Amino acid sequence: MKPRSNSTIVAVAVLVLAFVGALLSLSQVDQVKGKQATLEEVLYIPSGKTLKKLSLGYNSLLADIYWTRAVQYFGHKHQEEELHYELLNPLLDITTDLDPHLIIAYEFGSIFLSQPSPAGAGEPDKAVALVEKGIRANPDYWRLYFTLGYIHYFDRKDYKAAREAFQTGSEKPGAYFWMKVMAAEMAQHAGETSFAEEIWKRLYESTQDQMVKDNAQQHLTALSVEKLIDELNKRVEFFRQKTGQLPSSWYDLIRAGLLRGIPIDTAKNPLKLMPDGSIQVADPAKIPFLTKGVPPGWKKPKPHEPQ
Amino acid sequence: MNSRLAAITLNTFREAVRDRVLYNLIIFALLLVASAPLFGEISIGLEKLILVNVGLSAISIFGIIIAIFIGIGLVSKEIEKRTLYTILSRPVRRWEFVTGKYLGLLLTLVVNTAFMTIGFFAALLIATRTFTRDDAGLLVAIYFIILQFFIVTAITLLFSSFSSPVFSAIFAFALFVIGTFAEDLRNFANLAEGLTKWLAIAAAWLVPNVSSLNVIAQVAHAEHISGKLVLFNTLYALLYSTAAIAVAVLIFERRNLK
Repeated sequence: MKPRSNSTIVAVAVLVLAFVGALLSLSQVDQVKGKQATLEEVLYIPSGKTLKKLSLGYNSLLADIYWTRAVQYFGHKHQEEELHYELLNPLLDITTDLDPHLIIAYEFGSIFLSQPSPAGAGEPDKAVALVEKGIRANPDYWRLYFTLGYIHYFDRKDYKAAREAFQTGSEKPGAYFWMKVMAAEMAQHAGETSFAEEIWKRLYESTQDQMVKDNAQQHLTALSVEKLIDELNKRVEFFRQKTGQLPSSWYDLIRAGLLRGIPIDTAKNPLKLMPDGSIQVADPAKIPFLTKGVPPGWKKPKPHEPQ
Repeated sequence: MNSRLAAITLNTFREAVRDRVLYNLIIFALLLVASAPLFGEISIGLEKLILVNVGLSAISIFGIIIAIFIGIGLVSKEIEKRTLYTILSRPVRRWEFVTGKYLGLLLTLVVNTAFMTIGFFAALLIATRTFTRDDAGLLVAIYFIILQFFIVTAITLLFSSFSSPVFSAIFAFALFVIGTFAEDLRNFANLAEGLTKWLAIAAAWLVPNVSSLNVIAQVAHAEHISGKLVLFNTLYALLYSTAAIAVAVLIFERRNLK
């Protein structure tokens, strides 16, 4: 065999072994770094303004990178159902300092921040501050007022502030007519399920984003199940008042003429009537965002856990 | 090490020194030592942090620039000056030439870094008046910077084995920059689906992960660097650069030098 073909064989063997070894080492590095992640989490440059100066004019590119990091950070924490999202607000703040016109960061970032944990960071005040920052930078963008009203309504229960947000937003160029309607109806119907349903319907109809559409659809589904549970609770109470005892099963209500059949939820599962008269859904995991009819202490199973 | 390999290594080192490359480190060290008292003027409590960040970043950036700009000329210069033919007409194998060049440049960079480290610690002593136990972590960061040089030098040599010096510099620098985003690339791969996912995974594993070798921020905050990270980063840098050199050897073996 020629010396050159000899060295080729050796070089190929070295290449394969070294590359495989490098990948194995890298996976070990990832594992070790995973344990140190909490240390690294606090080591981001905390000032977007400093980063903007360091970006040499490429601040919008850097904003995109930071927005991606914010989404990945939120996605990871959300998937693990963690209760603390310490870096979410600083990441969003840096992103929007770098590019104050990155609307998506205000719209989605504020929702990430405002939703109660474990679905979100449970920090509606910071979410409001973020949207208000977006409004200062983009005063004519009416959708930010809708987002602001949404956060005030659902997460802060501040119906007056929500009405003001919808009202101001309705006066901006291009605002949908229903912003004005919502601002007007807020005075009378704030806090009612039907009004919440109205907001989700408007969001479902007006958004182009499939993720937002799906989210709105899930909320609408949860609200319809909650309305059904409210109605059934009334009938159970009526039965109790009439007979002096709680119904032992749905058949008692059917025999009393209060129901036509066994009620089912949107996932096509029969609802359960508990011995204490309360009503529960059979599989809460199939109806996200449900606040009524969930068994006490029930927790959504994590993706890698058996259900 | 065989004698031919050692000879090429030492000659590459001598050539780099003759190129006055090492003069930059003396300038660096003097500048850093001279500016050390100024760091104390910036802000109370921040002077050490800034000195560590500036010093270690400068060691890393200077070294990477030297690795790329000397690395791109290692093969092409020998061809241009026709000295390569003299070398290869002797009983020197092509793999010995490539590996010797690589080791020679690494030696240059290690000596360079050693001088800069002396200058850096002198500046630190002037600024803080004393060393603490946490300062040992700074040596780990410098060691990781040297491991970065292993990888950057290897990929530069790989590109210069088949491309022109200008393109080699562009490719090597671009790959280094992509390597600093390797973890973002892997996060992206985790979120992607279908063909994009597999392409992103392949790209993420193929590019050098230099971000794991950058612990400047951690040591600046006196965070502990685990022994396991040192071990696996060392293995990774050695094996990745070995693989890159093996590819460079394979290309150079097939290159028609006539």
